[in-house]
Amino acid sequence: MPDLNRFIKMQLEYNVEGGDFTQAGYASSQIKKSLKQLGVDPAVIKRVVVALYEGEVNIVAHAYRGVIYANIESTGIKLKLEDEGPGIPDIEKAMTKGFSTASSSVREMGFGAGMGLPNISENADYLLIESEVGKGTTLNIEIKF
Amino acid sequence: MESVCIGCSHCMKVCPTEALRVVNGKAVLHADWCIDCGECYRVCPTRAIRVTDDDFKQIFDYKYRILLIPTIFFAQFEDNISREEIYNIIGELGFTETCVVEQSVDTLINEINEYLKNADKPVISSFCPAVIRLIQVRFPSLVDNIMKLLPPLEITAQYYKKRFEKEGISEGDAGIFYLTPCIAKIAAVKSPVGGYISPITGVINMDYFFNKVYLAYKQKIPITKKIVVNKEISSKGVLFPTTGNESRHIKGRTLAIDGMSNSIDFLEMLENEEIEGVDFLEIRTCDESCAGGILSYRNRFLAAESLRNFARQTPDTHNLIGEYYRSCSAVVHMDKIEPRSMIKYDRDIELAIRKMESARELKELLPGIDCGACGAPSCEALAEDIAREQADISACIFLRTVFGKRGEISLEDSIRIMEKIWGAKRFIKDKDGSQ
Repeated sequence: MPDLNRFIKMQLEYNVEGGDFTQAGYASSQIKKSLKQLGVDPAVIKRVVVALYEGEVNIVAHAYRGVIYANIESTGIKLKLEDEGPGIPDIEKAMTKGFSTASSSVREMGFGAGMGLPNISENADYLLIESEVGKGTTLNIEIKF
Repeated sequence: MESVCIGCSHCMKVCPTEALRVVNGKAVLHADWCIDCGECYRVCPTRAIRVTDDDFKQIFDYKYRILLIPTIFFAQFEDNISREEIYNIIGELGFTETCVVEQSVDTLINEINEYLKNADKPVISSFCPAVIRLIQVRFPSLVDNIMKLLPPLEITAQYYKKRFEKEGISEGDAGIFYLTPCIAKIAAVKSPVGGYISPITGVINMDYFFNKVYLAYKQKIPITKKIVVNKEISSKGVLFPTTGNESRHIKGRTLAIDGMSNSIDFLEMLENEEIEGVDFLEIRTCDESCAGGILSYRNRFLAAESLRNFARQTPDTHNLIGEYYRSCSAVVHMDKIEPRSMIKYDRDIELAIRKMESARELKELLPGIDCGACGAPSCEALAEDIAREQADISACIFLRTVFGKRGEISLEDSIRIMEKIWGAKRFIKDKDGSQ
């Protein structure tokens, strides 16, 4: 038997490619599976998945590439979505419902209708957005169990 | 599952919740994870997996014995065998009365459309009991989307219960029996969700009953008894159990999904909120819906074709609809449908996280080919079992070979491990190669 006491928390990591819509949602599905196996309240899982999926699709639609880190602890989940991309010039504006910078081809695929960041914010207990124009954006999301 | 099981592991491979393992040469079920879908029964080559239906002889405990027949039963027969002949044989076998289950569909359709006006969308149909159980176990956040209306068989059962009461027949004299094409419906009648109690007295396995009726037909048994046949049925009712023929009557944007893996894929997307603006979902876990039911013997496409032919000979509406409106309804008081959490590791979340992390690390060591030689359906399942202390890492035939090469495990021990999983008898071979 491996020594279980080595693990204090569970850390997951997923790479996300910009423009790869067919793979979008993989990280969300994997993290969802883990939370279900832990017996986390379905209502909480739903909030995690909705926030995460929005964030994941944001990376695909707007950034060149990104990494999703998830830390699962007994009290909750911490998510960090780090991308290399154009960055957000005006975070306040991006937080407005309906605002979107997604290109028209992306919108045609049913993605990028705005709502991304506000929706994440609504589902998260804590949200911190850090962004540098021309470099990228990092979302820190926390949801308590 | 005891003596007839040959430990072939076919069932283990198809279980959608990975609830089966092979231990000591026999399949073992983790009952909490079972959703009664019957996929294991479908693939079992020795009929080791049994259905807990009711003994046929019990029907004779009742003076009045009505059989509720799903339309799919008629589709088991070639189209040249008439329904009249089938009804007569059913009477001869002991039923005093019969009706078609889907008689209640016409009023149900209106009740679903009414229900949809005030419900959170999308509404998931309550028709397929395996879907309800699948959602409870694997998609607990969707339980509130399940439509809180009774399925056709329960409404029809209510109707005949009320009719027996009206005719002054005492409860002890009236037996209401349901002929089931599906294993999940047995569980649904015996242990329904939402605190509902079914008026159905007993459930009869359609596979068993088809043999009985077909044998009587082949042997041309003389018909000596009379049976009351309640033939009223609409074309909507006839087709309702086949794919797309529930959703097509529902207003708004609807979709029809059939097959286990399709159902799981779709529910997964629904849970991620990837699907928007759908009002109603018809989801059935069998491919071709009930035409491909677990206890349906005939090829599903031929059975579905048969129902289409049946529907063409049937009017759009029937004469009992008014009476159905007056005496029964799909709307009953139903408690909240509870999720059945599939807790894999521990109720203590810290311990669970540790075990899950351990399982994740173990999975990296395993070959990832899901061969099943360890007695678990996939490498991931074995990793989880090891983390739960229900299996040992040496169960993996790949790793065992590596351990053997390193001299860490002897050939004898390796064989012993194999015997523990697959049973000692499997490894006794004669010189000519036979067992």
